[in-house]
Amino acid sequence: MKKRKERIDRGIKARSGDVFTLCSWREMLYLALPRLLPIIVFLLLPPLLSVYWQKVFISLAVFALLAISWDLLAQSGMISLGQALFFGMGAYLSGIADHYFGLTPLVAIPLASILGGAASTLLLLPVLRLRGIYFSMVTLVIPLMLVRIIEATRIFGGTEGLTGMTPLPSKWVELYLVIIVLLCLLFGFRRMMASDYGLVLKGICDNDRSVTNAGINIYWFKAQALFLASTVGAFSGACMTHVYLFTGMPVFALDYSILPIAAAVVGGPGSFAGATLGAAILVPLSELLRGIGGLRIVFYGIFLVVFIVALPEGIFHYIQRKYHQFERWVEVE
Amino acid sequence: MFIGTIIYAVINSFILIMLAMGFNLTFGISGVANFAYGALYVLSAYTSWILLNLLKMPYLLSVMISILLTALLGGLIYRLVLVRVRGQALSEVIATFGIGLAIVELFSYFGLVGFEYTLPVFIDHSFLIAGTYVDAQRLFIVGIGLVLVLGLWLFTHHTSIGLAFRGIAQDERTALTFGIDSDRIATLSMSLGAGLAAIAATIIFPLGSIAPAEGYDVLIKALAVCIIGGLGSSGGVIVAGFVIGFAERFTDTYIGSHWTMIISLMAILLVLVIKPSGLFGKQKELEERI
Repeated sequence: MKKRKERIDRGIKARSGDVFTLCSWREMLYLALPRLLPIIVFLLLPPLLSVYWQKVFISLAVFALLAISWDLLAQSGMISLGQALFFGMGAYLSGIADHYFGLTPLVAIPLASILGGAASTLLLLPVLRLRGIYFSMVTLVIPLMLVRIIEATRIFGGTEGLTGMTPLPSKWVELYLVIIVLLCLLFGFRRMMASDYGLVLKGICDNDRSVTNAGINIYWFKAQALFLASTVGAFSGACMTHVYLFTGMPVFALDYSILPIAAAVVGGPGSFAGATLGAAILVPLSELLRGIGGLRIVFYGIFLVVFIVALPEGIFHYIQRKYHQFERWVEVE
Repeated sequence: MFIGTIIYAVINSFILIMLAMGFNLTFGISGVANFAYGALYVLSAYTSWILLNLLKMPYLLSVMISILLTALLGGLIYRLVLVRVRGQALSEVIATFGIGLAIVELFSYFGLVGFEYTLPVFIDHSFLIAGTYVDAQRLFIVGIGLVLVLGLWLFTHHTSIGLAFRGIAQDERTALTFGIDSDRIATLSMSLGAGLAAIAATIIFPLGSIAPAEGYDVLIKALAVCIIGGLGSSGGVIVAGFVIGFAERFTDTYIGSHWTMIISLMAILLVLVIKPSGLFGKQKELEERI
């Protein structure tokens, strides 16, 4: 007598494709709960935390933004190993705007996001036609190169970096600016990927040749996705500059490339919620593990390998499946 | 000065060729871009250092053991991790990168950053060549480099396993119909690549310090040489090794040592932008790239 596991979609899930069938509070709550949960947690939790954990929460949101931007690139067929490029661009540009031009943070941050996004896109534009690991190599190399150039030419404070930035106007702006942008992007990008525009991006990831054959200029779409992702990355960098009140070579460090990838892989690539969930798990975890110092990065490395091999779909997709499906063992005749 | 620079540039080129050979071999045969390559290099340097200085083993034995261990680890990485994600570029890159990250950061966690080491005896000489003193270790590097290049050529062209390697590299499906076990060959290529990294490490590390961060530098240098030569092309590695080797040494002498790494990085970018297949890449590989 053999048994097999049977998975059946919950009826409500099957019907929710057509919204009109929803007629009870229970059903509506069932569908809304997963969407409401992050909103409630992200908006209500921070004021309850101590000042130290509020800072952790900000860096959680920042890493979640980076992870989302990584995920957007990955979904458009560009595997980036250098989110630090976007992060660093934003951080440096915002630092420069503040230090040399004396702009207030609320002007400097949007400016640095747009300019940083544009600059990163321009840097990567010539290599957009590369695919797979070749694109990864380039993205791995560029932040390293920028660090060396800053070191060699001693521009923008050289190895010392720029200090004495203007802080954001108030603690609440500092806290909620990143969180609100994160929530908007979390739901906005999801909507975007579900639209026709997102379909083209996913198509480029699956088979760029056939998208080209459909008469679509894939480089134009890739450049747009790259600009969106790098603007998000630059925004997170710019915010961090005004939280830490410092910009320097560490903004191009490997941490800012690895943690977002780790977050997206652990949480589940291919859905922005997964990337956010991954960041929400890894950042507080790494804060708790601060005592073990450099060993944290070893754990990220191991996490990456274990998740890639054992649970390639990531935690989010696993939870999602459990939420939407009944599972039971049935006998095979 | 000028002749000295040239001599050192030649030596530097051989160092780069040795660094890149293993990466190139693994990529050329199994198509796996081993981002843990630099980490394996550092790992074997540390292993041989520990065997040599802490366990007081004889030099040759410790080098042999560290090369064997690294080669074994390379094979294990393929068997345990890569076999499950083969063919998915994203997963391969992330998995090998994760392994490399774990190894390198583990060493820096143990604080093995820059320490005294005793050098094996044969490097305590130096020879006067055309008015420049060159120590024996550097000549030894050139010698081993030549032997490795020749040995690898003989291996891939005149042994049955080597021919199987090339068969898999050229057309995996056809090779499979001839009864070549592609997974076995890929495992072998991975461990051979790791072994070559270990050979390079044990020979090169007595020249300077070993530091965990070297892992990333070695990876970048190997990438630079392979990309410029054309990934998977063995002739390209040699030419590109000389190109970058000379460029690096001359920038070091005439511009400043800060700029040497920038040269490799710039070279990677320029080649990928202008001619993604590299100097000696094949058209087939070009199609995979763009």
